[in-house]
Amino acid sequence: MSNTHREQSDVMMLESPFHSRVKAANELNEWDCWAGYTTPTKYFDVELEYFAVRSTTGVFDLSPMNKYSITGPDAQAYLDRVMTRNISKINVDRVGYSVWCDDAGQVMDDGTIFRLAENEYRLCAYARAMDWLSWCAMGFDVNIEDVSDQVAALAVQGPTSCSCLKAMGLEGIENLKPFGIAHFDFDGEDLMVSRTGFTGDLGYELWITPHKAEAMWDALFSAGESYMIKPIGSLALELTRIETGFLQAGVDFVPAQDAVRLGRSRSPFELGLGWLVDMNKPVFNGKQALLREQREGSRYRFVILDVDGNKPAHNSFIYQGKGKVGTVTSAAWCPTAKSNVAFAQIEMPYGEVGDDLVAEIYYERELHWTRVMAPCKVIESAVFNPPRRRQTPAPAY
Amino acid sequence: MTDYDVLLVGGGHNGLVCAAYLARAGKKVLVLEANEPLGGAAASREFAPGYTVSSCAHWLTHLSPVVSKDLDLERHGLQLAARDLDSIGLAPDGQHVTVTGNTVQGAGLSPEDMQAYTEFHRKTIKFSKLLAKAFAVRPPKLVESNFTDRVNLLKLGLGMKMLGREDMSDLLRLALINMYDVMEENFDNETLKALLSFDGVLGAHMGPRSPNTVFGYLYRRVGDVHGYNGPAVVKGGMGALGTAVADAARAAGVEIRTGSPVEKINLQDSRAVGVTLVGGEVIAAPLVVSNADPVTTFEKLVGYRNIETGMVRRVSQIRMRSGVAKLHLALDGLPQFKGLDNTQLGQRLVIAPSMDYIERAFNSAKYGESSALPALDISIASVHDSSLAPAGKHVMSVIVQFAPYDLREGWESHKEQFTQRVIDTISAYAPGFSSQVVASELLTPVDLEREFHMKGGHWHHGEISLDQVMMMRPFPGATQYGTAVDGLYLCGAGSHPGGGVMGLAGRNAAQEIIKRGAQA
Repeated sequence: MSNTHREQSDVMMLESPFHSRVKAANELNEWDCWAGYTTPTKYFDVELEYFAVRSTTGVFDLSPMNKYSITGPDAQAYLDRVMTRNISKINVDRVGYSVWCDDAGQVMDDGTIFRLAENEYRLCAYARAMDWLSWCAMGFDVNIEDVSDQVAALAVQGPTSCSCLKAMGLEGIENLKPFGIAHFDFDGEDLMVSRTGFTGDLGYELWITPHKAEAMWDALFSAGESYMIKPIGSLALELTRIETGFLQAGVDFVPAQDAVRLGRSRSPFELGLGWLVDMNKPVFNGKQALLREQREGSRYRFVILDVDGNKPAHNSFIYQGKGKVGTVTSAAWCPTAKSNVAFAQIEMPYGEVGDDLVAEIYYERELHWTRVMAPCKVIESAVFNPPRRRQTPAPAY
Repeated sequence: MTDYDVLLVGGGHNGLVCAAYLARAGKKVLVLEANEPLGGAAASREFAPGYTVSSCAHWLTHLSPVVSKDLDLERHGLQLAARDLDSIGLAPDGQHVTVTGNTVQGAGLSPEDMQAYTEFHRKTIKFSKLLAKAFAVRPPKLVESNFTDRVNLLKLGLGMKMLGREDMSDLLRLALINMYDVMEENFDNETLKALLSFDGVLGAHMGPRSPNTVFGYLYRRVGDVHGYNGPAVVKGGMGALGTAVADAARAAGVEIRTGSPVEKINLQDSRAVGVTLVGGEVIAAPLVVSNADPVTTFEKLVGYRNIETGMVRRVSQIRMRSGVAKLHLALDGLPQFKGLDNTQLGQRLVIAPSMDYIERAFNSAKYGESSALPALDISIASVHDSSLAPAGKHVMSVIVQFAPYDLREGWESHKEQFTQRVIDTISAYAPGFSSQVVASELLTPVDLEREFHMKGGHWHHGEISLDQVMMMRPFPGATQYGTAVDGLYLCGAGSHPGGGVMGLAGRNAAQEIIKRGAQA
């Protein structure tokens, strides 16, 4: 495993292969920890970073993401047993989103699966997964390797992202379909580009060997200058993912392997991810339990709420009439959609689409706390979903 | 459509017992056995021309009287050549110790030790009676328990309470500790301590100082509760018991096919729907019961990739690496042991002169070596049954501990040397013994695994220890004979209550299957 960028540092936190560039761009010097890596929360202004993604291009360093290489003759069969979705439907040079469960049908994590070749996959995950992936390998002819340190990655997201990449020299990138993978030469090394992202906008993710990371950053930012390219931190990303309806592991659900208290984990159905579960597969981890859940009913329902007013419903209790029926896991005022969105876990049978609920919101202004009981409505889908996200060829802004 | 209600994978004694009970309940049962002889580890073999031994288990100590009676095994040919035998702990100086039921005798024994043994026996039998009750029913589930489970748990709890305050707290204390400490606490005579503690480690990858060994000892004493006031010898060797159980099963209407190894258990929508034999023949049935050990069942027959990871994890972690070898010796006459007369040669002879001797023998096994001075359990069955050897000749069967399954240097190159080592060990107690040996056969754990299709060569299909008994046997999630694979049941020694030629795992499994009826 390559640890070159680790060895350069004598500080406790790990540094991403882009660290020199990130640090130089981080005008506010505000940092957080992500999977052991030092990672910027914001570079200059959360709202402006957010608007970079929605109006021009925002660049997010996602190198700390856990990445696992899964290769061998049984790679597909293996992933089909680990994942809830049908892996055979992911073709070469395509990416699929999936969740995986323990035997109790509780979600351990979600992630993206990149099919790099016939028997070669890469899994990108929120949580460390080597232990579980290794256990799952018993009985399969498959090789699993943690390649987290061997791949540097940038998310390049926003309306002008395609133009930025074209200006950087990625010929034909506009023809890459959503969830497609393309390869380019960058300074003699393979630059893999996938049309994926966590913002719900037109966008790409760039994957390259760590020793070319800084050069790639430089090339990208220089090519994107006239397209108003900006680096963005984790707080701006958080706004975009809530606006477009993406769950965050560790925030919107507790990974089953981390849950200490009985009943705190969630099934895919309880997270609104039933569409990722393929019950026609003969076996996958959690299938027996999920079949039982289908028969006996789920405990919770994941809902997206459109909340009245402009106060984000952080940590709110949700009521139906006088009864408390749920809690909010993520909330944000979404500037582009101009709506006040909250994700909530609602006890069954409450929270059907169209139901009227009430969010108990507390907010503070100069040490003065106010409580509002904000009416909210369960909506069918995320509030931000622009056509450009799906268009191929990608529109040139 | 299918011709059978139940396919039984493996014609070991538990499989046959299970099949017989199911057939008596009106099920159409087909037993598929890989080997020619039936009975599994209840087997005999002629290892040299004219010389026959029990090739795996050699003492009958546990057979459930209920099973024996229900299947009328005597009518089907089960005969004991001898029963209620003594266990004699051999001492190098000839000061042997002889355990007969609840008494112990020996030249070097103090009256205190003799009295202490009788008291120790009383108490352990009291505990073992409690175990025997729990062995006769399916183990209760701790979570999601239903009414039956709660009653069974309650009975167990009540039974413990009924022991009386002193004995109950003693049981709770003793069950978790080791034979070494308990022996030190009760007795002075080293040979006696070693003899009793050897019972606690018999068949296990444990030494007298290992936790769980008191439980192992109590497990042995369940045999006393089943009416065996000492080991018994089956006429014709243990294989005759296998044959009797097979005959009883046939009489109940069970169809048996020998020489029919099962390649895999077939699944459809995660449900067992039949088996495929080596050679490709497919046989369908709504229920499949596996007499194979849990690891063989799920790793080999079902396939790890066809079950969920959490279950694979549990199965793969079952401790089932044996530390026991069997040595079979053909003798041209009766051996002469120092301090034993000929009438004593048919008893159970134990060479384990001190607890440290056993512990040292075990130390080797821990590090992948065979014991330099192995502990031995010796049976000369031909003393009781002249059919086992030519006239005037004898057969000796020896349980040898410790011979680790995963011997570092590998068994092939080591077998001859180890055989000689065991013969030399015996010679130290029986001068001139080695010259009496005319033929020998060593079955290492690797051989036992191959011969009897027991993973790791473990005769209990998984270590008997507190983390792997009752509601933990064979592993949480498969404790009541049913498994996460619908339509697939386990009925072998890997399931509650465990191994030894007892028959209860097979009987309990059958009862559970019958009880679940159509839901199974």
